[in-house]
Amino acid sequence: MIQRISTDVTIIGGGLVGSSAALAMRQAGLDVVLLDKGFCGAQASGVNYGGVRRQGRPAEQLPLSQRAHGIWPRLKALVGIDGEYVPSGHLKLARTERDFAKLEAYAEMARPYGLDLELVGAEALKTRFPWLSAAGAGASLCPGDGHANPRLVSPAFARAAERAGVKVFEQMPVRDVRATGNGFAVLAGENLEIRSRQLVNSAGAWSDTFAAQFGETVPLKRIYPSMVVTEPLPLRLPVSMGEQGGSFYGRQVARGNYVMGGGRGAALADPDFSRPSVTAASSVMQRAIALFPHLANAQVIRFWSGTEADMPDGNPVIGPSRTTPGLFHAFGFCGAGFQIAPAVGEVLSELVTSGRSTTPIDAFSIGRFAHAAAQTADSL
Amino acid sequence: MTEALPIVIVGAAPAGIRAAERLVEAGVRPIVLDEGLRAGGQIYRRPLVDDGRSYRNRYGSEAKKAERLHAVFERLRPSIDYRPETLVWNVSGLERSGHLDVLREGVHRQIAFSKLLLCTGATDRVLPFPDWTKPGVYTLGAAQTALKAQGCTVGDRLVFMGSGPLLYLVAWQYMKAGARVEAVLDTAPFRSKFHLVSLFVRAPRIVALGLFYGAQLQLSGVKVRYGVRPQTVLGEERVEGIRFRAGGRTEALACDAIGYGFALRPETQLADLAGCRFRFEDRDRAWLPERDAQGRTSRKDIYVSGDGSGIAGADAAEIDGELAALAILQDIGNTVAGDRPRQLTAARARILRQREILESAFPFPRDWFETVPPETTLCRCEEIRIGEIHCAVGAGSIGEINRMKALSRVGMGRCQGRMCSAAAVEVLSSIRKVEPKETGRLRAQAPVKPIPLGFGGPLDTEESR
Amino acid sequence: MSRQALFKRRYRRDEEAIPFLLNGLPEAGRRGDTVMTAILSLETSLRRTEFTGESRAGFCLIGACQDCFVMMADGSRVRACSTALEPGMAFLTDAVEGVEHD
Repeated sequence: MIQRISTDVTIIGGGLVGSSAALAMRQAGLDVVLLDKGFCGAQASGVNYGGVRRQGRPAEQLPLSQRAHGIWPRLKALVGIDGEYVPSGHLKLARTERDFAKLEAYAEMARPYGLDLELVGAEALKTRFPWLSAAGAGASLCPGDGHANPRLVSPAFARAAERAGVKVFEQMPVRDVRATGNGFAVLAGENLEIRSRQLVNSAGAWSDTFAAQFGETVPLKRIYPSMVVTEPLPLRLPVSMGEQGGSFYGRQVARGNYVMGGGRGAALADPDFSRPSVTAASSVMQRAIALFPHLANAQVIRFWSGTEADMPDGNPVIGPSRTTPGLFHAFGFCGAGFQIAPAVGEVLSELVTSGRSTTPIDAFSIGRFAHAAAQTADSL
Repeated sequence: MTEALPIVIVGAAPAGIRAAERLVEAGVRPIVLDEGLRAGGQIYRRPLVDDGRSYRNRYGSEAKKAERLHAVFERLRPSIDYRPETLVWNVSGLERSGHLDVLREGVHRQIAFSKLLLCTGATDRVLPFPDWTKPGVYTLGAAQTALKAQGCTVGDRLVFMGSGPLLYLVAWQYMKAGARVEAVLDTAPFRSKFHLVSLFVRAPRIVALGLFYGAQLQLSGVKVRYGVRPQTVLGEERVEGIRFRAGGRTEALACDAIGYGFALRPETQLADLAGCRFRFEDRDRAWLPERDAQGRTSRKDIYVSGDGSGIAGADAAEIDGELAALAILQDIGNTVAGDRPRQLTAARARILRQREILESAFPFPRDWFETVPPETTLCRCEEIRIGEIHCAVGAGSIGEINRMKALSRVGMGRCQGRMCSAAAVEVLSSIRKVEPKETGRLRAQAPVKPIPLGFGGPLDTEESR
Repeated sequence: MSRQALFKRRYRRDEEAIPFLLNGLPEAGRRGDTVMTAILSLETSLRRTEFTGESRAGFCLIGACQDCFVMMADGSRVRACSTALEPGMAFLTDAVEGVEHD
């Protein structure tokens, strides 16, 4: 028995992007179906580090990131939970003078976007953050940045969307999707057939397959973060941390666990699952001890990883399809999608309702790869 | 010329020791990694120093087997590479040949293997009830271990509760050691014991021993209650008593310690990290690594044996260890003469059939959570209460155990779900009104036990070429 | 903190004494003791939990439940059920390790 649904928009992928888009579209009065092959918010959106960070993003992402910055404090009103969101500040360390110079240059670049970064010299670093060891050349503090719990935030958007009237289908992999001339037909799971005027491809690391079905090849690669978490410990680390030119990042959650990451994990035989690598985890642990001597006796209780989509230029794909009217893409956040995702959701809603985004997204056009793909084809 | 990688056995209890014995006989020198301070595992755990007790005194009816197994191990010791106090916390590098991440004396090493035999055993299966986290409440296995290996009792005036053959045995051992046993609270109804009649035909010794323990306890004035459901632990800073319901009546007993448990749950984390395929076993109400009769898993070069591959007890584990060793020998090209594998398989199958009957005589209390209030702690590590799980699961319409973990933190603490996952599955399946198997399998995560943050990278990688 | 013993020794009572410090006070265990036996033969608690501050005294005794770790005076910790008592060890069982509550 085939279940047939007719709706305004079908969204493939119930991560934070798809779920927040579903919620925003529903609030704009649209009928929305949200599909996930597993569980909403169980992939990259739910197992990332949890950094709610603007600092360090390239200039072209900052308008979107600033828009998202306005959404995070309203999480409770929006989805019913605060998601353990803490605007703790984000401290980015420079190990060398050269790195510090880069932080200074970044602060200069980011100022016109409204990002008020505070540069902290080596001496001030010692007095203001006495728990921090490993003398560095300085740091850059972004006071409004912070962190949240991705395990809770991402599913909460999906549930909020569902409560608002979005039809959410989990464990419903899309088997076939095609344009019908006046919209789209999607076959999902065993017996679900959805017709919609518009379609959103927010399938994360699985988005390239759907883009390809509409003749849009993207150089998407899968990456796997490598995360380490300690047992609950006394609260000492008031900010979320990162490093210029390094791959260590860390934060302490309200319950006391240190969540730290760096390096990459590896895919398992089933590429939907991945494992943190012992090498990467060891580097994270060694760096943690070097930075935070107070963790000398701490125990690590868990490693984890996830599956994220990476793009060669470090930017996501957001915007309309170049081949198919009514299709919109939003994927490839390169391990940095958590903070901006709620704004991407709003932008997608604007795109399906009015065809244009009030926040600049030109840099994220899928067309930027069409050119590269054509060049590659020519050279062959 | 590369030297062959070693065969590694994890666990030095009945299965691991018998496997090592068989490999040594064939001229193989296995590495045996043991988390314990001394070989023997939990069932045949040995004291740290000689305390003057006889095998009979320490191991009771199992004394001969314990003595034999310890003797086998001591004889083997020069022929194996035995490493006690070694935590195997991960299996990695599977895209190549595979190695174990181990921690010994604070040093992280990686040990590559050609064949890996996991004999990881089991822990007590426990379910929460009000104030089960209070000092003085222990698992049945813990109560037995304290007496066996440390020569002390976990209290002076005890109540034992639960289901499983261990219940009466531990109560009897405590009585013999001079403790005052107030009561045995059997959570199974009395009528379930009639299943033992059919077991008597197959395994008269087991039934006779059980009857003997039961009779001696009752003759000594120990109260025995059936169909028990606990209401709460009494006492402020420590156990001072227990209140429970049995036969439609509420009763309270004073005691200073409680030992309880519901048979065993297998330790399968390493098999999971090794990428083995799992299946749900109704008898154990648990997911087990798929294996053939000799312990071969779905992954080439990885074998499982003993309780960690399905609860069958120590006797079966000895047989099973030898079977796995024979499988390994066959798979590396040795000829295994005679029909030893067939005999062993048949012997193990007989024990498994007895286990089926024991399960009926000591059934798992499926309705446990109907009487446990929501403010009861379910996850000891993260201190999560049952009610919080109802909230997390209900709000997210969650029906899958890993999603439940993500939203409720249950199983995310230091024990990695060892003490709460059996219960968590029961809670989730009772909320969703489905069989436990339908809630899925809790995925293992490295490190399988806590490791020091400051342990650094692998200091040296053995046998890596 | 209650000074009531939880465990009761049945054997090894006359074994050689092993001195250690418990919350700063000199105590003695017996040769062959685990840290857990040494402490719980004097005391009812090994630690307090991070979130509710309730007392814990171990649970499984086989290194699985991770409930019995004990703070040492030098800030390190040991798993009491599977660590042999050594002379001079110093334990703090009433330290509230963990999250500092308001």
